Amino acid sequence: MTPPTPLLELRDISYTYPGTAEETLSHVNFTLTDERIGLIGANGSGKTTFFQLIMGLIRPQSGELFFQGKMVHSEKDFQELRRTIGFLFQNSDDQLFSPTVLEDVAFGPLNMGASPDEAKEISIKTLEKLGLKDFEDRITHKLSGGEKKLTALATILSMQPKLLLLDEPSNNLDPATRERLINILRGLDQAHIIISHDMDFLASTCAQLYTIEHRQLHRCDQKQVHSHEHLHPYGDKPHQHGT
Amino acid sequence: MIDEPFAVGSTLFHRLDARVKCIAAAALSLDLALTGSFTAALTGCLLTAFLLLLSRPDPKLLGKRILTVNFFTLFLWLTLPFTYGGAEYTSFLSLQLSLEGLGTAALITVKTNGILFCFLALLATSPLVNLGHALEKLGMPRKLIFILLFSYRQLFIIYQEYERLQRAAALRGFVPTNSMHTYRTYGHLFGMTLVKSWKRAERIHQAMLLRGFHGKLIPLNQPPLTGKDQLFLFIMLLLSLLLAGVSLFPCPHTL
Repeated sequence: MTPPTPLLELRDISYTYPGTAEETLSHVNFTLTDERIGLIGANGSGKTTFFQLIMGLIRPQSGELFFQGKMVHSEKDFQELRRTIGFLFQNSDDQLFSPTVLEDVAFGPLNMGASPDEAKEISIKTLEKLGLKDFEDRITHKLSGGEKKLTALATILSMQPKLLLLDEPSNNLDPATRERLINILRGLDQAHIIISHDMDFLASTCAQLYTIEHRQLHRCDQKQVHSHEHLHPYGDKPHQHGT
Repeated sequence: MIDEPFAVGSTLFHRLDARVKCIAAAALSLDLALTGSFTAALTGCLLTAFLLLLSRPDPKLLGKRILTVNFFTLFLWLTLPFTYGGAEYTSFLSLQLSLEGLGTAALITVKTNGILFCFLALLATSPLVNLGHALEKLGMPRKLIFILLFSYRQLFIIYQEYERLQRAAALRGFVPTNSMHTYRTYGHLFGMTLVKSWKRAERIHQAMLLRGFHGKLIPLNQPPLTGKDQLFLFIMLLLSLLLAGVSLFPCPHTL
């Protein structure tokens, strides 16, 4: 029996930012086999670049990208891919551009051909699922940081993607919202890849870690995701740990 | 920073379809702008003032808007009577005032206020987003609509960006003076605001592409025209035609 076609496969992808001499990513190979992946790496190591390459926001100088077994090349191919893969930006302000929450969440479904009534229904359901009931008429730029993050997640989930790419989703969230996000992510059916420096967050949401080092993507076999409790002053206040 | 104070309300004007209001506003304001007849301008101004009253605006805000606009017409009153020329003059406090100049200033003032009332009653009662979608439905070029809607949405973000930078400068002891250092700093602030806004616009465009945007904004709410909308449009167009008639064929006894 042949194994099922992976949703996503990158072969030998290299990318150099225009105006720079050195490659940011060099001959990266990746096949999506795990459901819940965490991606770690130093600042500037190319984690976000990796996501942008998958979504076709930037195009590699060499290498091939396969989506559901088919090579993705033209803008039209990527439009198809973007219906199935959702990308949560690091900065929610870049993701929310409509005046009200409902309009923003309905933007994706409308573009995918849903009627206004259907789009409204999907959006309200998605918001409810994320615990954002009655947020429909709130003004997007007046939301708090945590609310913005969850709303941005709703704008992606309303397109019913199969894979989520989350770029540092737990950044700047207070412990309660962070916990809420962890519970939401654990409850979702979608596969996901999460970029984060927050090891505890990754431990709660991911089963497999990858890292980008020396311009290459590595699967971390030797590192085991584990959790441990610890004690330090002001531990009940919002804080972050080094990775 | 950007509020739409006149768009909040529940009068007939707030409920009317934005497309109908756009057409009515265009017809009435064109009438007012093009007419040379004082009677037509005054009738039009009274008519739009009546419409404005029906939309029940906040009197304080309304007063502010009227004052702002008439600050400009004030200059016409200060200049036209002295510079317009013509045959007839009247004297006031030993000043020679051109009658034609006074007439023109009055005409322009009436026209200006008429158009202001018309826009406040018909356009300001819809959120700008609805107006944008309405204009698109009426066949305006899509690119212009995008520019209108996105400049409006992003304006306050650009302003916030600028404020943040300015605060950062102030926190590091920057006090503007009349010096090269000040001008250079402001140059950097403006430049940085521009670059950052550009970058942000790019990221927002990406966010839109990722959610399947393909060059068309689809409105979430655009119910079909109701009987009320159609009746209103009919009445407004009829009134505009009447006004046009008055200005094209003036009665012999009026100005």
